[in-house]
Amino acid sequence: MSPPDLGVILFTAAFGLAGIGILGIVISAHLVRIVLSIVLLETGANLLLMLSGFRFDAVAPVIVDGVVPASMVDPVPQALVLTAIVIGVAVQAFMMTLVLRLRRVYGTLDIRELRDLLERDLAREAGVGLPGSENAPVPATGSPAVARGEGSS
Amino acid sequence: MRNALSLLFIAGLAFLLFVITAGLDFGAAPMLVGQGINQASPGQVGAANIVTSVVLGYRALDTLGELAILFAAATAGGLMLGRPRADARHDPEAGFILLAAADLLFPLLLVVGLFIIVHGHLTPGGGFQGGVILAAAFFLPLLARPGTHFNHPGFAVVEGLAGAAFIVIGLLGLARGGEFLMPLLGQGAMGSLLSAGTLPLLYIAVGLKVGTELAGLMAHIAEYEAVDP
Repeated sequence: MSPPDLGVILFTAAFGLAGIGILGIVISAHLVRIVLSIVLLETGANLLLMLSGFRFDAVAPVIVDGVVPASMVDPVPQALVLTAIVIGVAVQAFMMTLVLRLRRVYGTLDIRELRDLLERDLAREAGVGLPGSENAPVPATGSPAVARGEGSS
Repeated sequence: MRNALSLLFIAGLAFLLFVITAGLDFGAAPMLVGQGINQASPGQVGAANIVTSVVLGYRALDTLGELAILFAAATAGGLMLGRPRADARHDPEAGFILLAAADLLFPLLLVVGLFIIVHGHLTPGGGFQGGVILAAAFFLPLLARPGTHFNHPGFAVVEGLAGAAFIVIGLLGLARGGEFLMPLLGQGAMGSLLSAGTLPLLYIAVGLKVGTELAGLMAHIAEYEAVDP
């Protein structure tokens, strides 16, 4: 069995990183883990960008001692990734400040608990009752409409 | 069940993307812009590092936009965390290893960061990479000794002056050369420290801005806390 093609290995790494990132975003319930997953996804995307400028038998686009190499890789994706990494760090820092604030206000970082708490607060701010499920059991006393009216007061 | 479905979805997505890229010619980039820049840049810009001539020459306006994003992220972080933490003064000092490493690494990181910034137009590296190293240099002592106060005002001044310098150099290019952020001052001998016109100056401005911005943002996260709504 011959070793796999270089392109296959590199693209597998890029898509693997991005896939792990998306998977982490989808299945984790903790906000810090979601932030870390976004970091992984970003790394995969950056690697994919780098690969788009890759060339066989080419060197980095740097001229050493005034000798221009015969073949150089595409410098444009490298410049894009260079800036994307720094923007990524800044946005990650901003995400962490948001996470800190959520932790401060709600005391939890579990997205299911956070969703319930946020929904409750939004409903209170808007002055409406919590959206009830159609399958929710009807309270023994009074109609569901009355029960919802109580939620808004 | 939900996790298994998610796994299946991701596997399908990765397979789909993989099949699409399998049809592309790997290693023979179809993009002509890069080839054109590789050929034209040594004569047009004169920077030995062609990536630098893209970042600060051909796409300099984009770099300015990116600095704006950095600034916006740092400002938003500052807005989110509005109040100095009352117990920040009493954070315990780090252990011996981190204390010794911070003292040892601070001058080293400072020198390496400045070297990478100043040689951005000659070797791989530049303002962004060097700026992040500078930020790490300033943040490391804060990790080791959380009780000491971080000098925010001085950093903000340097940050503002660096950002203003970038725009002023761009405006000078507009006045003298006809285009915003056009390289000036002649190309010099390629490979020497003073070459590639205003590109090293722009990269120094970028490096100082990125370094102070990130250091300030990280120190802000460490020292400040969110205000109760």
